[in-house]
Amino acid sequence: MNPIISGASVVAAGLAIGLAAIGPGIGQGTAAAQAVEGLARQPEAEGKIRGTLLLSLAFMESLTIYGLVVALCLLFANPFTGG
Amino acid sequence: MFFSLAAVEVGTHLYWNIAGLTVHGQVLLVTWLVIAIILSIAVLGTRNLETVPKGLQNFVESVFEYVSGIAKDQIGEYEYRPWVPFVGTLFLFIFVANWLGALVPWKLITLPEGELAAPTNDINTTVALSLLTSISYFYAGLKAKGLGFFGRYISPTPIFLPINILEDFTKPLSLSFRLFGNILADEIVVSVLCLLVPLFIPLPVMVLGIFASSVQALVFSTLSAAYIGESIE
Repeated sequence: MNPIISGASVVAAGLAIGLAAIGPGIGQGTAAAQAVEGLARQPEAEGKIRGTLLLSLAFMESLTIYGLVVALCLLFANPFTGG
Repeated sequence: MFFSLAAVEVGTHLYWNIAGLTVHGQVLLVTWLVIAIILSIAVLGTRNLETVPKGLQNFVESVFEYVSGIAKDQIGEYEYRPWVPFVGTLFLFIFVANWLGALVPWKLITLPEGELAAPTNDINTTVALSLLTSISYFYAGLKAKGLGFFGRYISPTPIFLPINILEDFTKPLSLSFRLFGNILADEIVVSVLCLLVPLFIPLPVMVLGIFASSVQALVFSTLSAAYIGESIE
C-alpha cells in the first residue's frame, strides 16, 4: 500500500495548494479594485485605505495558507506513511 | 560526477531533554535571543527619561504609541489601557522573531542537528501564542460580565449555539495556522530557491517575506485585540 499512499499524498498536496489559491485570489483582486476606486474618489484617505486594504489582504491570504499547511503536512509529516 | 552542493531538509530539530520533556532546542535558543533584544531595547530606552524625548527614548515612545493605537482601535477608548501590555508583547515578539529569522545569517552557527531559524516557524510557538489569546479573551469576558459571559453562545438566536462553540475552537486554530503557515512557507520557498539558484533570485522572495512577516505580526495582534474587545462589549 505504500506507493499508493505516497502517490495519493503527492497528488493531494498539489491539489490542496492549487485549489486553495483560487478563491482568495479572486477575493484579493476584488478588494484591491475597490480600494483603488475609493482612493481615486478621495485621495486624502490614502492612509486609512491602505491600512485597511493590507489588513484585509492578510486575512484572505490566510485561507491559502491553510491549504499550504495541509500540503506541507501531507508531504513532510504524513501520518499514514513516512511521506 | 554530481556532488551535492546544497540540500533542503524539513522536520529535523535539535531535541533537548529537560526534566523528562522533549523540547525543540533551536526554537528556545532564538526565543531567548528575541526576549533579550526586546528587553534590552526597553530597558536602555527608558533610563534617564526626559520630557522631550530624543534618540532611543523617542523610538521606544513611538513603538508604544503604535501598539496602544492598535489596542485602542480594537478594544475601545475606555477599556483598552490594561490590555496594551499583552497586545504589545504579542506584536513585538512576533515582529522581532520574524525579522530575526529572516535577516540574521543563522547558517554561520552549526548545531548538532537542525538549524536556527525564526521561532515562529514551529507550530508549537504559534499555538502557544494563540492559546494565550484564547485564555485572555475568556478572562476579559468573564471579568467584565461574570457568568453572563456565557450568554454569548446563544446570541443572536439559540440556533447559533453549535456555530458559536465551533468559533471558540477555530479562532485559535486560524490565528496559529496563519502565522505558522506564512513564516514556514516563506522559509521553505527561500531555501528551495537557494538550493536551485543561490545568486540574486531568492532576494525578491526574501523582501516579500520580510514585508509579509511584519504584516502577520500586525494581523495577529490586531485580531487578538479584536477578540478581546468583542468579548468585553
